[in-house]
Amino acid sequence: MSGIVQDPPAAPAAGVPPETRGAAGIDPGRFSGLGHHIAAPLLLGAAALILWQGVVWVLEIEPFIVPGPLAIVESFADNVANVMGAAVVTGVNAAVGLVLGAVLGVAAAVAAAAVPALDRLAAPVVVALSVIPIVALAPVLYTMFGADQQATRQVVAGIAVFIPVYVNSLRGFRQVKPVHRDLMRSYAAGKWQITRSVTLPSAVPYMFTGLRIASSLAVVSALIAEYFGGPVGGLGKSVTSAASSSNYTLAWAYVLGAVLLGLLFYAVTAALEKYFSRHTGGS
Amino acid sequence: MNGRTDSLTTPEGGGAVPVPAVHVAGVHRVFGSPRSPVQALRDVSLSIAEGEFVSLIGPSGCGKSTLMRLVADLDSPTTGSISVFGKSTRQARLDQDYGIAFQQAGLLPWRTVRGNIELPLQTHGAAPAARRARTDDLLDMVGLSEFGGHYPDQLSGGMQQRVAIARSLAESPKLLLMDEPFGALDEMTRERMQNELIRICAETGCAVVFVTHSIPEAVFLSDRVVVMSPRPGEIREIVDITLGTAGARGAGLREETSFYDAIRSVREALHGSEPAAVRGAETR
Amino acid sequence: MKTESRRRRRPSAVAWGIGGVLLPVLLWEAYKAVGPASGVSVGGVPLLPRTTDLAMPHVWTMLERLLAPESSASGAGPMWLAVLQAAGFTLGIAGAGWLLGVAVGLGLAMLMQRFRSANSALLPWIILSQTVPLIAIAPLVRRWGSQLEFGPFIWENWMSVAVISAYLAFFPVAIGALRGFGAPEKAHEDLMRTYALGWWQTFLRLRLPASVPYLLPALRLAAANAVIGAVVAEVSIGLRGGIGRMIVEFAAAAGGDPGKPWAPIFGAVLLGLAAVGFVALIGALLRRYRRGEQAA
Repeated sequence: MSGIVQDPPAAPAAGVPPETRGAAGIDPGRFSGLGHHIAAPLLLGAAALILWQGVVWVLEIEPFIVPGPLAIVESFADNVANVMGAAVVTGVNAAVGLVLGAVLGVAAAVAAAAVPALDRLAAPVVVALSVIPIVALAPVLYTMFGADQQATRQVVAGIAVFIPVYVNSLRGFRQVKPVHRDLMRSYAAGKWQITRSVTLPSAVPYMFTGLRIASSLAVVSALIAEYFGGPVGGLGKSVTSAASSSNYTLAWAYVLGAVLLGLLFYAVTAALEKYFSRHTGGS
Repeated sequence: MNGRTDSLTTPEGGGAVPVPAVHVAGVHRVFGSPRSPVQALRDVSLSIAEGEFVSLIGPSGCGKSTLMRLVADLDSPTTGSISVFGKSTRQARLDQDYGIAFQQAGLLPWRTVRGNIELPLQTHGAAPAARRARTDDLLDMVGLSEFGGHYPDQLSGGMQQRVAIARSLAESPKLLLMDEPFGALDEMTRERMQNELIRICAETGCAVVFVTHSIPEAVFLSDRVVVMSPRPGEIREIVDITLGTAGARGAGLREETSFYDAIRSVREALHGSEPAAVRGAETR
Repeated sequence: MKTESRRRRRPSAVAWGIGGVLLPVLLWEAYKAVGPASGVSVGGVPLLPRTTDLAMPHVWTMLERLLAPESSASGAGPMWLAVLQAAGFTLGIAGAGWLLGVAVGLGLAMLMQRFRSANSALLPWIILSQTVPLIAIAPLVRRWGSQLEFGPFIWENWMSVAVISAYLAFFPVAIGALRGFGAPEKAHEDLMRTYALGWWQTFLRLRLPASVPYLLPALRLAAANAVIGAVVAEVSIGLRGGIGRMIVEFAAAAGGDPGKPWAPIFGAVLLGLAAVGFVALIGALLRRYRRGEQAA
């Protein structure tokens, strides 16, 4: 969740091929490319939903344990305006954090790639940030920025985004194949020319991999930060307030809203990634 | 030792016709979809006697490796039949009638040299003491007695390949399948390995199917060289090499005229009647 | 550049590491010294935090607070001890969640590696599970505690925390193990086939050992995730005794005791480092399965 470097478990060999791209190495292209495999996951999903609904009916499970999917969808439809409103609050926080963290992350990676000393200085902080729960910072951040402000949630999302974007971009900048650099040197290309024609294009897919990983983190972090305090509004606060008034089905409807918001963020960044790395697939 | 299979397959005495080590009859292998088929092998027939060393040679894409994989039951022919010691290839695989070595030594990096050689014995439930003794013999045979405790990444390419050969011999198979085992080695190591292989073959008396694209290598090692041509892969010619038994061949053979004569006849078989023209076409 | 980053692990790394820790401290104190007390806002949107002693205590205030007693109650132990105890409590739950997550992740990866259909049916859902903030349900499982009973077995709140932490931990393991199980070279798979080994034997002798270099980073990620999941779930479920709860409780005390909320945050950092360090230990034990990494 928050600051984790969702680096794909790196392959051991030196020449980690482009499969490194993707949340833990899964290329989003595989999603659309599944073709005739699309039926299997859909069937599994449908079976799980039916089983869930069936268990709720047969065992007469109370909503406070878990409501059935039909009840959740019904509640979602009845309260669609409220859920949307809450989703906009959380979504804006996540988006601000995503943009902020991504811009700073890429900028920091550029700096670290250019000045190795910066990279060395940043290393311990990056390690620490990647193993601690960023949301744990939320309470002190609320004190620092004011408990009535959304800023804390955006900062939390931003820090969570920063780490994977920084790590992946930096890795991208180092990914330039020696043969390409030698080629450019043999053309007597200048430093800026090399950067523009070789370094950046090789790094772009990595940057977008970082961004796609980060997009999920942004939503999750912005949402969890709401559990740690701050003003009302937002999906997280709505879940807790619905739960505390024992309206569990409504709370689950907000969870459904959170799921849809997460999917939206993922789809947008995955599409961006696909668009920007269309020429760098394969080898 | 595969005592059980030996007694089953070798018609001891009795004067019956000996069962060939490998018998390939009318084998076709087609890859790809029905719409765009790629014929990898066309009508290949071949018989290899026990103890015989046969090389498969030909340019890339002639199906020599495919043929070896069919014999090893790593793949199945589209039509035609293959038997190994009179059994189906599947049965021969289950009975561990053959040992195999690939171009890459393919050692498991987390096992020591000894552990790698022991692997087939271990997976087939040999007792630890027997395993140890057998591994000692094999290490001795390939001249790596002092390296049993080393890991593969501490060895040179040639040494790794020797371990792979020792591993393929672990179950004392009567048939050895080798797919360009020396292809990745430098020329000097390669010749040394060939000398060792021919000595080992003389010692163990096993039949060998040896895939290579080096003419001198095929000639130096083989009793017969099967020359194949590509697209579709078929047998163009089988050249008998009469340079004496494995035990009689030594490093000095490479200097002899008979060796060069044999190389010439294989080369001519490989390039057909108009060597220059064919060669020109292939480099294009 | 590659060799440079590798050489980083030399003694000078210690100096760089200390510099790396000091740098944020210096930045913190520098901004606190020059920044305006009410922070920097543009059009009501705060960009930079306030710099009062309350909002941004001095670093030494935070450290001093760790040595002082936890509370003014008589007989209260020192703060650092309380933080350590809370961290230990959370570490235990995160450990349980990690184990559960690793077991589920490995099981899923084995299933997917064994059956193609399982792979195509499950993999999209596994990936999807990480793109959606399903952790939002954490407050909703609060009621499970002491309400769910299966015979003599009573569901307790710490189990809910462990389950949520397992949910975050399973994903990297499933994906990393799936890649690792598929990592052996074709030649090795052929070799196992020529040995007439079945799926299980091939798995034990080849796929599992070959997956170690992929598994270790996955296990490390899983450990960090498990800690995060445990801390977050403690807060949203309201489980007492752990570091997550301590963070929220102490934040309320910030008004009169600005150093106090930072104490459990140091604990959380320690917790994350301990979890990752534990996996590094596993990695050291499995050294011989990682020879390929050094050779490559």
